[in-house]
Amino acid sequence: MNIIEVENLSKQYFIGSGGGYLTLRDTLVNIARAPFSWLGSKVAGQKAQDTNEFWALKDISFSMKPGEVLGIIGRNGAGKSTLLKILSRITPPTTGQVKLRGRVGSLLEVGTGFHPELTGRENILLNGAILGMRRTEILKKSGLIAEFADIGQFLDTPVKRYSSGMYVRLAFAVAVHLEPDILLIDEVLAVGDAEFQKKCLQKMEEVTQKDGRTIIFVSHNISAIERLCPKSILLDKGRAQKYGPTSEVVEYYSNQHAASGMGFVYTPSPKDNLEPDSAEFLGASVGGQSGQPAGVFGTMDEIYVTMEYEIKKQLSGFLMEYQLFNEDNQAVFASTDHDSDPSTSGNKPVGRYVGRGKIPKKFLRPGRYYLSAAGWNPDGGSYILARNILNFEVFANGGPANLEKGRLGVIFPELEWNTVKK
Amino acid sequence: MEIIIRPKTKWWRLDLRELWMYRDLSYFLSWKDLKVRYKQTSIGALWAVFQPLFSMIVFTVFFGRLAKIPSDNIPYPIFVYCGLLFWLLFSNSLSSSAESFVGNERLITKVYFPRLLLPLSTITTNFLDFLIASGILVIMMFYYRYAPSLLGILMVPFLLLLTVAATLGIGLFIGSLNVKYRDVRFALPFFIQLLIFITPVIYPASIVSPKHQWILGLNPMAGVIDTARAVLLSSTPIHWGLLGVSVLCTMIYCFLGYFYFQKVEKYFADII
Repeated sequence: MNIIEVENLSKQYFIGSGGGYLTLRDTLVNIARAPFSWLGSKVAGQKAQDTNEFWALKDISFSMKPGEVLGIIGRNGAGKSTLLKILSRITPPTTGQVKLRGRVGSLLEVGTGFHPELTGRENILLNGAILGMRRTEILKKSGLIAEFADIGQFLDTPVKRYSSGMYVRLAFAVAVHLEPDILLIDEVLAVGDAEFQKKCLQKMEEVTQKDGRTIIFVSHNISAIERLCPKSILLDKGRAQKYGPTSEVVEYYSNQHAASGMGFVYTPSPKDNLEPDSAEFLGASVGGQSGQPAGVFGTMDEIYVTMEYEIKKQLSGFLMEYQLFNEDNQAVFASTDHDSDPSTSGNKPVGRYVGRGKIPKKFLRPGRYYLSAAGWNPDGGSYILARNILNFEVFANGGPANLEKGRLGVIFPELEWNTVKK
Repeated sequence: MEIIIRPKTKWWRLDLRELWMYRDLSYFLSWKDLKVRYKQTSIGALWAVFQPLFSMIVFTVFFGRLAKIPSDNIPYPIFVYCGLLFWLLFSNSLSSSAESFVGNERLITKVYFPRLLLPLSTITTNFLDFLIASGILVIMMFYYRYAPSLLGILMVPFLLLLTVAATLGIGLFIGSLNVKYRDVRFALPFFIQLLIFITPVIYPASIVSPKHQWILGLNPMAGVIDTARAVLLSSTPIHWGLLGVSVLCTMIYCFLGYFYFQKVEKYFADII
C-alpha cells in the first residue's frame, strides 16, 4: 500500500503586473468608476486582464511506499517549495490530487512559530503544538528534545538571546521528535554547523531505517541527497524532468547544467585572446574551498574563481580580472589580482599562472551569476577578454540572506555594526 | 488516517471535527499570547483591569458629571462600567482577531492548521481579560447594593456567547479583508472608535424612542449591553425587540463573515 500518492498535481499562480498589495481604496474606486464592467467580470469569472498566469507545478505524479526517502532537486524557482507547500496543505493545488495515509510533519523553515520572548522550554511546547503534537506527547518528549538540541542551561532563557546555531538546533530537535509517518523537509541541513549537520543526517537515517518513517527531502545539497535518498525527482519549471534512482537523476542534472552552454568549468576558445602573441587564456572554473568545480553554492559558502593563463613575452604589466554579473545583467563587482597587492602593476615574468580569487561567504545575494574574465595592462591595452564564460547559483542558507528576504541591494554583505546605548 | 488534498472548490466548508483535533494548538496559542503579554508589560494581569477602570473614571467625570448624560437612574460609574466591560471584550477581540491572520503570516505560510484557530484563540485571551475585569463589577455591585436576578445570572453566559459570536463573525470578515487589502488595518481603529458612539455604552438605549430602538439592534453590542444592564442592574425591563434584532443580526454577521473567510482562506498562504 502506498503511503503517498500524487496524481497529476498542478498549481497555477497569477502574478499581477503592478506588484505589491491590493488596497481596498483602489478596488472600491475602480468599482465606483466602472461598476458594470466589474460586475461583468465577476459574473464571467474572468481574472483581471493585467495578470500573468504561470504554472509553478505541472502534472507531477509519483508514489511512495512506507519507509522510502525521496529527494527533490532543481534550480531556484523550479517548483520544489510549491510541491512541499501543497503536500503540507498550506496552499491548495489547482488541479490533481494527493493521498496521504498517515500523519504529516513538515519542517519548511526552521524556527517557524518560535516566539523570541518565550524561553526555550516554552517554545518547545508551542512549536510542538504547531507541528501537530498533542499536549501530553510534547510534555513527555520535551526532555529528549532539549537533550538532542544540546541547549542545556539555556532552556529557561528567552530564545531571542540564542545564537542562530542554538535556534536551528532547537527547531530541528522539535521536528524530528514529532514522529510523523511522513516528514517533509526543506533545506534544513543547509543551516547549522558541520557537526550538527552530521547529527541531523544521522538522525534522519535512523528514523527512516529503524522507524520506517517516510521522508521527502528538498535540498540544494546534492551530497546529502545522494546519501539519504535512493530515489529522486528533478524539477524544472514546474515539471518533473527526471524521476528515478538518485545517481541517475544527479548525473542527468549535472550533464544538463554543463549542456546549458555555460557551466562552472570553461574551456577557452581562440577568440578570447586579443593578442595571442602576448598572453593566452587557458581556462577558468568556479568551485568550493576544496578546489572541486561546482555550480551551486550557499550564502554560507566561500566561492573560488580560478583562472589559468600564460604570459608569452615580457609585458610592462598584466592584471587578471573577473567580473560578476547578476541575472539582470547588472555588474555586481569586479576583482583584479592586484587587489591583494595594490602596489604592483602586475609585472609578471613569462610563464604559466593560476590565479585564484575568493568571494567571501555572506556576501552574494541568492540568485544566478555570470562571470566574465579579462587580462589587461594598467599602462593600456587588453590581452584577454572572455565574456559570460561561467555561471553558478547561490541559494540562501544563512547569513543576512536568511534574516531579511526583502533586503535591498545587489549584494547581501554582512557588515560590522556597533550599537551602544547613549 | 487518510488525508486527501484536492483543489478547493466547495462553496461552504466547516470541519468541526478537525477543529476539535487541533484543540491543543488553540490552547497553546492563547497561552502564548498571555505569556508574551505578561512578559512585555510589567503590570501583567492588572492591565486587564486598568483599561476599563480608567475609562470608567474618565467617562464618569466627563459624561456623567459634566455632560449629565442620563443613566436610567443608576449611579453613572456602575452604569458605564457594565457597558464598558462588554464593549471592551468586543472591541479588543475585534481588533486582535482582525490582525490575527496578518500578524501570524509566518505561521500561515509555513504550517498547516485550521486558520480559524487564530481568531478563536485571540478571542479566548481577551475573554480571560474580561473575567479579570469583571471582578471590579462584582465589587461595585456590592458597593452600590445591586443583586442580579436569577434570570440575570442565566442570561450572562448567553450574552457572552452573543458577544463572542458577533466578534468572530465581524472579525473573520475584517481579518480576511485585511489579508487581501492592506489598507484595512489603518481604517479599523478609527472604525472601532466611531462604533462606541453608536453603541449604548456611555448613554442608555432608552434615549432612543421605543419605536426606533430596534434600529440600534443592528449593532449586536447594543442588544448585549442593554440586556446586561437590565438583568444585572435592573435598569429597565429587557427590551426583547432590541435583543431579538441583535441576535438575528449576529447570526447573519457570523454566517457572512465565515462565508467570506472560508472563500479567501484557501489562498491565504499565496497572497499574505
